[in-house]
Amino acid sequence: MSRIVIRHEACTLCEVCLNACPFNAMENLNGKIEINSNCKVCSICVKQCPEKCISKIEDELFQVDRSLYKGIMVIGEMRQKDLHPVTLELLGKARELADKIKAPVYCMIVGEELLDAAQLCLSYGADEVFVCEDRELKFYRSDIYAKLISERISQIKPSVVLVGATPSGRSLAPRLAALLKTGLTADCTQLDILDNTDLIQRRPAFGGNIMADIMTTRHRPQMASVRYKVFNPIEEIKNPVGIIKRLSINPDELLSGINLLEIHHEAVSESITEAKRIIVAGVGVSDPEGLKLVHQLADQLQASVAYTRPLVERGLASYTHQIGLSGRTVQPELLITCGVSGAVQFISGMEHSEHIIAINKDPKADIMNVAHVAVVGDAYEILPQWIEALKKGSFHV
Amino acid sequence: MKIIVCIKQVPATQNVQIDPKTGSLMRWAATTKMNPFDLVALEAALQLKDKSSAEITVITMGPNAAKAVLTEALSMGADKGILISDKAFAGADVLATSHTLSYAIEALKIDYDLLLCGQQTTDGDTAQVGPSIAALLNIPHISYVRKLISNPNTFTVESIINDDRLIAEIKKPCLLTIDKDFAQARYPSYWKLIETINTPIQIITLADLKNPDTINHIGQAGSPTSVLKIYPPVHEVISKKLSGKSKDIVNELVDYLKDEHLIERNSHE
Ligand SMILES: Cc1cc2nc3c(=O)[nH]c(=O)nc-3n(C[C@H](O)[C@H](O)[C@@H](O)COP(=O)(O)OP(=O)(O)OC[C@H]3O[C@@H](n4cnc5c(N)ncnc54)[C@H](O)[C@@H]3O)c2cc1C
Ligand SMILES: Cc1cc2nc3c(=O)[nH]c(=O)nc-3n(C[C@H](O)[C@H](O)[C@H](O)COP(=O)(O)OP(=O)(O)OC[C@H]3O[C@@H](n4cnc5c(N)ncnc54)[C@H](O)[C@@H]3O)c2cc1C
Repeated sequence: MSRIVIRHEACTLCEVCLNACPFNAMENLNGKIEINSNCKVCSICVKQCPEKCISKIEDELFQVDRSLYKGIMVIGEMRQKDLHPVTLELLGKARELADKIKAPVYCMIVGEELLDAAQLCLSYGADEVFVCEDRELKFYRSDIYAKLISERISQIKPSVVLVGATPSGRSLAPRLAALLKTGLTADCTQLDILDNTDLIQRRPAFGGNIMADIMTTRHRPQMASVRYKVFNPIEEIKNPVGIIKRLSINPDELLSGINLLEIHHEAVSESITEAKRIIVAGVGVSDPEGLKLVHQLADQLQASVAYTRPLVERGLASYTHQIGLSGRTVQPELLITCGVSGAVQFISGMEHSEHIIAINKDPKADIMNVAHVAVVGDAYEILPQWIEALKKGSFHV
Repeated sequence: MKIIVCIKQVPATQNVQIDPKTGSLMRWAATTKMNPFDLVALEAALQLKDKSSAEITVITMGPNAAKAVLTEALSMGADKGILISDKAFAGADVLATSHTLSYAIEALKIDYDLLLCGQQTTDGDTAQVGPSIAALLNIPHISYVRKLISNPNTFTVESIINDDRLIAEIKKPCLLTIDKDFAQARYPSYWKLIETINTPIQIITLADLKNPDTINHIGQAGSPTSVLKIYPPVHEVISKKLSGKSKDIVNELVDYLKDEHLIERNSHE
């Protein structure tokens, strides 16, 4: 915090400051200029004083009382009638953090008809689920969602709030953080917590070229967003003991500046974010023959096909099938890259896959450093033989 | 119609250099450019201006050198450039940046219909500043906008959120963040550049921000987050390397899939 001080010995009582102050914060009290509680430390007086005897000094920075805040809260996300799986992943992480500091896990869900979703949250680690239900809340709208949630958070006072870095989460979380006047760390890939409830947040920046450790020590709640498929849910709890609380909503909290006219659910046809197995085609196999081989291998392994950005840019595939920083993040049990060099922007979208096999002519390609099995060779030679071997061996997946 | 576009100057390359001896980051921000996502946001504003009359003000918070991105925006067709610059703004995170930008927007007293931001930047890369400004100015916002039409009191927009394509009407004034696929940004015009090269850039400093709360919400002191350290990413080490004859490689691959229980031999054979 900063404040204004006056060196009275240099003051000539000219009262320039009295007239300059927009907040009536300066008074001449018995031949001495005093500053009153109206002062906003705007420093106009500092600039106006002809004798330069007014200055602003910095006291210690604002520090919140950490002990007033407790628990880890996950903001749940609904996708149509179902809970978005990122919510369960965040609950998994929240459970781990909360157990470390012996604090409760909360979940807050906004939408319409949320009972099943709330029940699911309890089964995946929440101690308490807060539900805000209304027909008007069926779809995400920035203004009313953020206001509603921020006011509830101010009352519940969790130390940490986690939000999924999905497109709607990325729209909601910063609006929420601004209303709560607190810090938000984007796209965290690792989270850890200290005994004093300070969160250590790790995130990539500069398009994945650097990592940063970020903390929010002076403010609460500490907010972090996390992409889908970065953390894992816990095992389902069979008979959860947590509770569900329905929160009441005022009608005027539902007045939005946004009117949704049409919503088209784009078919999530074999969405790659959900796929268990993925074969990725890169520039090295981007001719018709190469792509055919990739699809044949995918058929044998019952896998989906995804692409690097250059192929999407050439119109060979839709954006929804691009993996990487500007595409989707995936974490399948098996991911095979063919003719992919392994640019950081690509790797940031797939490095958490369970089994990574990379086929590349170039032993020095960066993809070789993240692969569990790095195959040095020509994809046009290896793929046909591999497909043949899988067919002949009559394997099933 | 009055439009304000927020633009940021960023390092020209994302390829951060790492000192091979110490493993630490080297200086990489020597050359700069306009955040490419902000070119698209500016293009969205220019397309509205093409259709009907509009006055476009571009604003940036940054050092004196950030004037360059404002000049570039003028040469693309923006009308006014505002640099928000003061030592006191230094060290700002998203919240402090958004506070500074929103105080500056208030101080400009532009009766704006539309505030535009890029989808994200290529340096800090948080995609948070837009929604955060909207909250502080208490106006609604929609992110990832792909199409935009102006009506008398509203805008009709299309945006893609998760797997939904939605069409919505949003009241003026509002903030939109523009999806990178909105359109290809136009090139600066040489003639416009010559015409605008001497257009003065207005500078806003701390003294111009009239909001009484300003001092607590800007710069480092107004930033809840702090970056503790920055370092190059580390990747897992490789576990297995296969090379040589394709036939041998394929046998090993099939064995690997079997060992990891990713495929099973059909039991009835
Ligand atoms: C490695 C690293 C990690 C960081 N991580 C975080 C973090 O997690 N949380 C956090 O709060 N801060 C973080 N910061 C600080 C933050 O990046 C910047 O300080 C902040 O000023 C802008 O955020 P951004 O670049 O992410 O912008 P974004 O939010 O990505 O920008 C979106 C849009 O806002 C507008 N905009 C952004 N900055 C300006 C500007 N200066 N002038 C005009 N318009 C602008 C543009 O239209 C832009 O397209 C980080 C900084 C570094 C170096
Ligand atoms: C801001 C930004 C965001 C980006 N986002 C993404 C993103 O989301 N996703 C993405 O993928 N990229 C993204 N990129 C682009 C990225 O930097 C790379 O350019 C891209 O990933 C390269 O694709 P590639 O590996 O298919 O092609 P290349 O880099 O051209 O690699 C082709 C590889 O194929 C190998 N090869 C050639 N022939 C054969 C053969 N016969 N058999 C075996 N191997 C062969 C070569 O040795 C080479 O390693 C982004 C870039 C930027 C700047």
